[in-house]
Amino acid sequence: MDQIMGNLGLLFEFPVVNLKIIIDGVMIGALFALAAYGLALVWGVMNVKNLAQGDFVIAGGYIAWWVAGLGVPALFGVPLAFIIMWGIGWVIYKLVITRVIERDLFTSLLATFGIAIMMAQLLNLMFGSDTQSVNLGYETLFFFDGFVDVPIAKLIGVCMATVLAICVIVFMKFSRMGQAIRATSQDARAARVLGIDTEKVYAFTFSLNAAICGAAGAIIVMVWVIQPFYGITYAIRAFVIVTAAGLGNLPGVIAAGLGIGALEQYGSHIFGIGYQQAIAVLLLLLVLVFRMIQQRRSRQVLK
Amino acid sequence: MTITRTKLGVLGVIAGSLLFAGQANAAECEDLVLGAAISLTGKYATNGIHAQNGYEFAIKKIDEAGGVKVGDKCYNFKVTYYDDESKGDRGATLAERLINQDKVQYMLGPYSSGLTKAIAPVTEKYQIPMVEAEGASRSLFNKGYKYLFAVLSTSEQYLASAITLAAEQAEKEGKKASDVKVAIAVENDPFSLDIRAGVMEDAAKVGMQIVIDEKLPRDLSDMSSILTKVKLLKPDVLIVSGHSKGAATAVRQIGEMKISVPMIALTHCEAADVVGNFGDFANDILCSTQWAETLTYKDELFGSAAEYDTEFKSTYTEYANKTVPYQTAQASAAVYVFADAFERAGTLDKEAVRDAIAQTDLSTFYGDIRFSDAGNNIAKPMVLRQIQNGEYKVVAPSAFASDPLNWPRN
Repeated sequence: MDQIMGNLGLLFEFPVVNLKIIIDGVMIGALFALAAYGLALVWGVMNVKNLAQGDFVIAGGYIAWWVAGLGVPALFGVPLAFIIMWGIGWVIYKLVITRVIERDLFTSLLATFGIAIMMAQLLNLMFGSDTQSVNLGYETLFFFDGFVDVPIAKLIGVCMATVLAICVIVFMKFSRMGQAIRATSQDARAARVLGIDTEKVYAFTFSLNAAICGAAGAIIVMVWVIQPFYGITYAIRAFVIVTAAGLGNLPGVIAAGLGIGALEQYGSHIFGIGYQQAIAVLLLLLVLVFRMIQQRRSRQVLK
Repeated sequence: MTITRTKLGVLGVIAGSLLFAGQANAAECEDLVLGAAISLTGKYATNGIHAQNGYEFAIKKIDEAGGVKVGDKCYNFKVTYYDDESKGDRGATLAERLINQDKVQYMLGPYSSGLTKAIAPVTEKYQIPMVEAEGASRSLFNKGYKYLFAVLSTSEQYLASAITLAAEQAEKEGKKASDVKVAIAVENDPFSLDIRAGVMEDAAKVGMQIVIDEKLPRDLSDMSSILTKVKLLKPDVLIVSGHSKGAATAVRQIGEMKISVPMIALTHCEAADVVGNFGDFANDILCSTQWAETLTYKDELFGSAAEYDTEFKSTYTEYANKTVPYQTAQASAAVYVFADAFERAGTLDKEAVRDAIAQTDLSTFYGDIRFSDAGNNIAKPMVLRQIQNGEYKVVAPSAFASDPLNWPRN
């Protein structure tokens, strides 16, 4: 308790720390938002809740780490992870997801949970259980007497995440495939009637999701560290964000992603870093309660 | 699958021991069988094999030196190994099997505190003396076990010597030890909590002030919020223990955020390869280790620590390009303790051998070995090495240090 009060005191004693916490939170939140956007896409279009989301992120990280080890410049890891994870996503779709897509909720949950376990263990066997990271070796920028630090590597990571997000948004809005994806998510049957090959759309959506996650992972490995069993961290955040923002609400997903990043940083400053994950889950709980109250008022709850 | 793996392991071991039997100088000596369940597969496999190699190397050295002389007979050690697959329940079952079916009377320890915790109740029940080299948790030594002996330092000592060192530095600077401010960030697992307890205890003795005391999550990838507090509160010592991910995250972010604390001490620097991964960021960081080949310890059997290192590398050529892990050295020391105890007991009676082990007072290449009533080694201090220009240099305890401490770190 003393420590919590002390930590709160620090926030007022050094107001600039608030800025530092928010900047850190927004940076990590941007990557959460990427993974969450992919999840919302798959969830909205195919009604598959992908529990392997976090493991796609970590797999992308390992691809980037691996190619960096081969001597490829680290920044190329991001597009490479995007491409390779696209392929892996397509294979997983054809092997597993296509068979569970029309089934009930639990079949797809179980299937993706299985994929998550398989991927984590495969990564463990291939790369070992040690933590890995790619060190870009860039400098750190300091502001406000060194209290606010922005490593250039982090800045590059956030910029890449932003560029990727913009590309995906533009693609979804203006391309033929993007339109087909949106049509399928609105009404799959009608889309089929109108000649859209929904099987192709599903495969494309799932691969796109895996690719986005892969790119996010490749950015994460340059900024933080990865380990084969870290996927769950990103999966939980992605679920919290999508639940909070709702499906098909892209600005909402981004806002929720940045918000959860900042709130987590505040939480870990005040209560201790050990409670970071607990804070994410607590936020999910609050959002769910809030949503329920909201829906009860508009009498939309099914009984 | 399980059975095949174990069988393969056993076959390998039989083949291995045949090889060694062929080389033995003291061919007229009889076999003296020890048992060991050790992790040859599963998550601890790497370190389990390091330990096994350490056992086998010591056995080979003892054979070459003429075997173990018990009374007027001589014996060569021979170990029956089983693969515990890095699982506690499997370890306990295998210990039962070693004792009941294979009639093993003396045991060598498994790898890791967890496995030792699983096996110790079994050896205790059958009153089988076990000398272990790889279980450091202090919870092993508050259960009143009488047949368990450990050659390594317990986990609460891992970073406690950093506190002593910080106190020494403060006094050199003309300050009081109680002016030193300590920040602690450890993972919430038994091993790291032991480390925290050890640091807290030693800090309290000299009245140091703990300004940060945080628990790291299991899936740590960002500790900038702790480091921000470090910037604000300016502690003199920063202690981080969170296995290899803790070391990696800490070194990376300490470098990125340019955290300047006079003394930073970590565990698992080697496992996280902080020098290889983060280069200059790792400079002047202190890392704890059980043993280092640059220490000035020596004994009659293995020679000095450096001689152990070179001879081990020439026997096991796969280690040629890396440092010999301390897991291997302490495994060899455990076998040495057994050999010494048998010779002093002068009989193969397990009670007499147990009492002889309890009275061990041995100087070895690995450090001094003397057991407390609880069975842990109280004669060997933990070693702190400082990363100086990318190399690990022993700086504490000062009596065995190879290089002076770089202080303060900036």
